[in-house]
Amino acid sequence: MLTGFRRVVKAGFVGFWRNAYVSLASIFVLTVALFVIGSTMFVDQLLATSLNTLQSKVDINVYFVPDAPEDEIERIKNAVAALPDVASVQFTSREDALRIYRENNQNDEISLQALEELEENPLGANIAIQAKETSQYESVARFLEEQRALEKPSVPVIDEVNFARNKESIDTLTSIIKATERASFIIMIALLIAAVLITFNTIRLAIYTSREEIAIMRLVGASNMFIRGPFMLQGIMYGFISGVLALLFFYPILVWVGPETESFFEINLFTYYISNFGEIFGILVGIGVVLGLVSSTLAVARYLRT
Amino acid sequence: MIYFDNVSKVYNDGRSAALQEVTFQVAPKEFVSIVGHSGAGKTTLLKMIIAEDHPSHGQVFFESLDVHRIPKTRLPHYRRKIGTVFQDFKLLPHKTAYENVAFAMEANGRTDEEIAENVPQALALVDLEDKIWNFPNELSGGEKQRVAIARAIVNQPDIIIADEPTGNLDPIATYEVVQILRKINDLGTTVIMTTHNKGVIDEIERRVITMDDGRIVRDDATGKYVL
Repeated sequence: MLTGFRRVVKAGFVGFWRNAYVSLASIFVLTVALFVIGSTMFVDQLLATSLNTLQSKVDINVYFVPDAPEDEIERIKNAVAALPDVASVQFTSREDALRIYRENNQNDEISLQALEELEENPLGANIAIQAKETSQYESVARFLEEQRALEKPSVPVIDEVNFARNKESIDTLTSIIKATERASFIIMIALLIAAVLITFNTIRLAIYTSREEIAIMRLVGASNMFIRGPFMLQGIMYGFISGVLALLFFYPILVWVGPETESFFEINLFTYYISNFGEIFGILVGIGVVLGLVSSTLAVARYLRT
Repeated sequence: MIYFDNVSKVYNDGRSAALQEVTFQVAPKEFVSIVGHSGAGKTTLLKMIIAEDHPSHGQVFFESLDVHRIPKTRLPHYRRKIGTVFQDFKLLPHKTAYENVAFAMEANGRTDEEIAENVPQALALVDLEDKIWNFPNELSGGEKQRVAIARAIVNQPDIIIADEPTGNLDPIATYEVVQILRKINDLGTTVIMTTHNKGVIDEIERRVITMDDGRIVRDDATGKYVL
């Protein structure tokens, strides 16, 4: 058993070297396939990160009337924070609102003058709410409207909820995010299928060149496993080497595009590659090995059937 | 040892028959030559013995074993009892002469020590001690066929099947190959050989079965090539 295994391993390595051209061709194709798969992974990561940053920029603001009772503001703030769809609530007091207004209008003399003429702070407190998903803003807004409807007309609290104003851009963003995610998923699946088919066909051709050998091995009385083993090992070797090669090719490319992606998508792909190297290695080499092994096993099976 | 019982082989179209009601037997240690024109059914007959082809009717026995009832998984074990030699040598192109012979032993599950001992012996028997590390494309036709014979005998099979072993060889190589087959037969291995070569048959002076159109038309104990 052990001797048989050792012989299969040896035959696999020897076959790999002596069929160097065929091995090189298979590795080349498999490397390209894995490079494509890796690229879609990186593009997917870019999309996910930039969508996240975009999402974090979306929020709903609730503006309170300037003389709203503080306990009412506190109550609404806490009620909103307790909603399951809400990720975070940021409170800005009247004073802070005024300070921010001044900072934003530093160069606008007229606005600042108008502010000076008023005796008291005309701005109310406000809260900025972030939902976990862009699609959840609708329900948060509905909750706020209900709160407003419950107010006593003599004591107004909420001045304005800007959801209606933001609704259109939130909806657009939600649909863009969903469409992008769906599109990248479909593209990834299509590329994956193409990579699998190309690899399978290449390895099938590689083994086709060995069909005579397989027939001879059978005539000599070799068992199916003894014939199949070296080819399976070669498939694994193709996959492993191709995975490593694809990873090597990504290195200089990512060094080059890393800073570009950082400024545009707010994620440095090179840093991502380095910090997740183990995982990326596992995925690419893993896919390569499985692809190589399955392709060669299926391809040899064809010549062992009769 | 080998027994054909009324074996026929009809191909799919139902009209062309490769073998028709063939019945004969081969005793242990016999040297049997099968002659006939191309398409007479010689190769089909040999394929029946190694279970490469199946009869449409009749049975083929190896000792008491019905060859075509051997389960697929046991077929490799059965084939290890038979050494095969072909006109086109059928050597593994990416293996050296030594490795080609050793492969048959490895497939047979023999130990490294046995392989290291028996492979050089087998190659010496066919007079190729000095070419054991050459690849097939570095050998002449006669040398390739001798490697193939060494591979066929290295597992000490009960029987050697040789399909036109001299078909691609020049007269000197033909003579050498025939001498080796005779030597193997003298050492106690049954040999069944098909051939076109009149000189070979006349020289061997052993049993000759003549086939024509899928039938056995002559079976002479010490035959000559008659067609």
